[in-house]
Order: sequence, then structure tokens, then C-alpha cells
Amino acid sequence: MKLSRIFFALVFGLLLAFTNTANAGGGNEGEGVDVEGIAFHHIADANVYNWNPWITMPLPCFLYNKDTGKWSTFLSSKFHFVGHHGDGSEIVKGYVLNAGSVMKIKNPTPEMMEGHMSIAGDHGHDSHDGHAHHLFSTELKTVDGKEKEVSYFEKDGQKFYLEDKTAWDFGVFGGEFTSFYDFSITKNVFSMFLVCLFMILVFLRITKMYKTNEGKAPSGVQGFFEPMIVFIQDEVAKPFLGKKWKQFLPFLLTIFFFILGLNLFGQVPFLGGSNVSGSLSVTLVLAVAAFLVVNISGNAHYWGHIVWMPGVPAWLKIAILTPVEIIGVFIKPITLMLRLFANITAGHMVMIIFVSLIFIARDAAGDGIAWLTSVGSIALTMFMMAIELLVAFIQAFVFTILTAAYLNASTEESHDHDHSDSHEHAAAH
Amino acid sequence: MGSLAGIGMGLAVIGAGIGIGNIGAKAMEAIARQPEAVGDIRANMILTAALVEGAALIAIVMAFLVG
Repeated sequence: MKLSRIFFALVFGLLLAFTNTANAGGGNEGEGVDVEGIAFHHIADANVYNWNPWITMPLPCFLYNKDTGKWSTFLSSKFHFVGHHGDGSEIVKGYVLNAGSVMKIKNPTPEMMEGHMSIAGDHGHDSHDGHAHHLFSTELKTVDGKEKEVSYFEKDGQKFYLEDKTAWDFGVFGGEFTSFYDFSITKNVFSMFLVCLFMILVFLRITKMYKTNEGKAPSGVQGFFEPMIVFIQDEVAKPFLGKKWKQFLPFLLTIFFFILGLNLFGQVPFLGGSNVSGSLSVTLVLAVAAFLVVNISGNAHYWGHIVWMPGVPAWLKIAILTPVEIIGVFIKPITLMLRLFANITAGHMVMIIFVSLIFIARDAAGDGIAWLTSVGSIALTMFMMAIELLVAFIQAFVFTILTAAYLNASTEESHDHDHSDSHEHAAAH
Repeated sequence: MGSLAGIGMGLAVIGAGIGIGNIGAKAMEAIARQPEAVGDIRANMILTAALVEGAALIAIVMAFLVG
């Protein structure tokens, strides 16, 4: 009884804190909260780490300017954080910090490239009633016949435009590609290091315990992880890989625990909710690793069935089967990449949108309704968090089991071709 | 423009929903018939659902890109 009261006091206290936050941010253009902006900001990577809502941690920036060939190395606190949106009020060597991420100024003055100056200028921050989000604005601009939203800031009456972030396609299909390389230890990278460190410590300890505890029942952290390890071994590696399970088990276990660790770390409230396994770059690397392992260990039987399927007329092979099979080789890792990315990102977004429902209600119907909505919104958020806990395990498992299934297809020994279902079987993979 | 992408995503999700619903229904049926095979059935159910989901995801990403 008492505990539940403390819990509710805590929840409402946090809500109040959030309300203040939203007030500060929501007054932006004199209208409601920008839920879309909040949601996308929430899932994005950043050069600062907010251990919300109290601590803003600076992270090291390593930036390489392609045009001048110069490296810039500094802590992101040099941008001088203002407010809680991760904006910086300083210009450092032609870079600014907009909504947590480093951006380059398209048309900097020579002074901006040199050192370190304030965006607001000497006349201080009072010009815009002290609100951080007034530092940067966006406007619609027509570039190459397309309307695009570009960010800019004003200094001394002149507009300085910011480069867009690199798009998902790295500029190959006409997306954006920044004119600098960002090798910074971003929020995602930092979280990944934390999780890796934790995993290494835990698994070294487990390995040690297997040596000292040999023949005895597992205890402690070993007892916690052993069911998962045995599960991957017995349900994934052995049924899919047959005799070769020992060779691929380390790879499967690494993938499983890496994804699981990152998924779960992103779920912990107030640790910044870093969306590492919901970042395309991370899932891309995982998928490429799976692609390389599957195709490098692929045997003659596998490649034979891709390039020249036995028992099918030649014209059919050239017209349909071979192209489809070759596309399939690449589609498999692409779906691995997208599945993990989309599931985790969607989870993070749903969570922040359910919380934002409160502020949508406030904008539509006032404070009273907002308080009522908050009850339902918190219940929904908690329900979603329970679901997301399940999803964290399921997605780690799905990635592992699909990799195992692809490995099975690529390392399977050739069947006797008289066997009636062998072609069907190969085609199914 | 945005609404067209939304309709595309909705259509993709209808297909995937029917597919995954069928998989779940059949898996439940199979478990009811043969409760001792629950482990195998569950693993295969998740695997098949993941494959269906993959097709839907490609459609959703395409809707994002084209829309």
C-alpha cells in the first residue's frame, strides 16, 4: 500500500517535470507540441548524451572536413549546451550543434572556420527571450525542383544555412551526403561500448565459472545465462546446422547476445533510450556480417543451386531462376537489416508517442483533460514496455534463427539427386 | 504525398496481418492437437512470421522512399 503511494507520487512528480519541459519546448511557434519532431528526435543519434532529465553528458567529436582535409577534435561541451534540446550556442570551426547532432555551416565566414564564437553575438542571449530552440529555424526551400526543409540560424542579420544530415542511402540515390565525416563517439556508439563492456565482463566471468564449477550445478550469473545459451544451442544451432553446429555456435551466440543486450539497454528508462539496434548503420553491419559468414561458408552445392539449378530447362534458368536466386542472396541480409531496425525503432517511437498523447490532449482540450489522459497514457506506455521487452527477445532470436536457417541452406551437403523432394527443398531456401 | 505512403503502408500491413494471423491460428491449432511438440512449433511459427514480416517491411520501406 505504502509502496504503491510512493510509486504514484514519483510518477506524478516526473509528469510534472515533463509538463514543465513540454511547456518550455511547446511554446515554440505559439501552437501545440511538435509530436513528429519529438518522436524523430527521440530515435535519432546525437553528439550529446542526456541521462534525462538531469544530466547532459558531453561526448568527444572527431570530425574530418573533406574540403580542407582538416581534423577537428573536441568535446561537444565546447558548443556550450543551452536548454534541453541539445542545441549549442557556440560555433566551433564551422560546425554547430543542432538538436543534439553536429552540423556543418554551408556558407561560413572565415572567422567561423577559425575558432570559436557565439551564435547570438555579443549582444547576448536576451534577444530571443532566452529560449534555446530559437537558435535554429527551418524554412522551405526549393532545391533542384524539390521543396525541402532546410535549417538555418541568423547572425548579424545574415542567414547561415546548415548542411542536411547524411541520408539512409549515403547519397547514392540522390539523398544527402555531408561534406564532412563524423567519426565522433556519439550517443549510440557510447551505449554500444557500455553494453559491450558489460557483456565482456559477464561472459568472462561465466567462462571462468564453467572451469571452476565443472560438474556442479550452475550458480549466480552463470545460472542466469545458461538457459539462454543452451536454448540457442539446442533450438537454433543443433536443429539447423546438424553436424556443423559447433563451428557456428560462437557466431550465433555473439549475434544473439549483442542484439539482446542493445535491445534491452534501449528499454531502460532515463538512460537516454539510445536506439542502437534501431539504427540502420548498426543493423547494416550485423547483416553484412551474417551475409559474409553465410556466403563464405557456402559450399559448391549451394552455389550450384543458385547459379545453375540442376534439373530445370536451361531457358528457364537463364530467364527466371538464376536472376531470382542471385537477387535472393542479397534480399536475405537486407530483410535481416530492415526487420531489426524497423521493429526496434517502431517500439521506441510508439513509446514516445503514447507519452506525447498527454500533450496532444492538453493542446486540444486543456489541462484537465490532459491529466485524465495521462492515466490512460501511462497505462498504455507500461503495456507497450511489457510488449517491447518481449520484442527485444523475439527480435534477437529471429535474427539468430534466420542466420542459422541461411547457414543451413548454404552449408547443407548435397543430397542424392534422385531423391524426389531435394529440388523442392533447395528451392524453398 | 504523405497520405499516399500511408495508404501503401496500410495495404502492406493488411497483407502481413492476414498472413501472421493465419500462422498464429494454425500454430495454436497444431499445439492443441499435439501439445508435446510445442517447442518445435513455436520456433517454426516465429521463423515463418518473421519471413512474412520481411515482405511487409520491404513494402513499408518502399512506401517511405517512393511516397
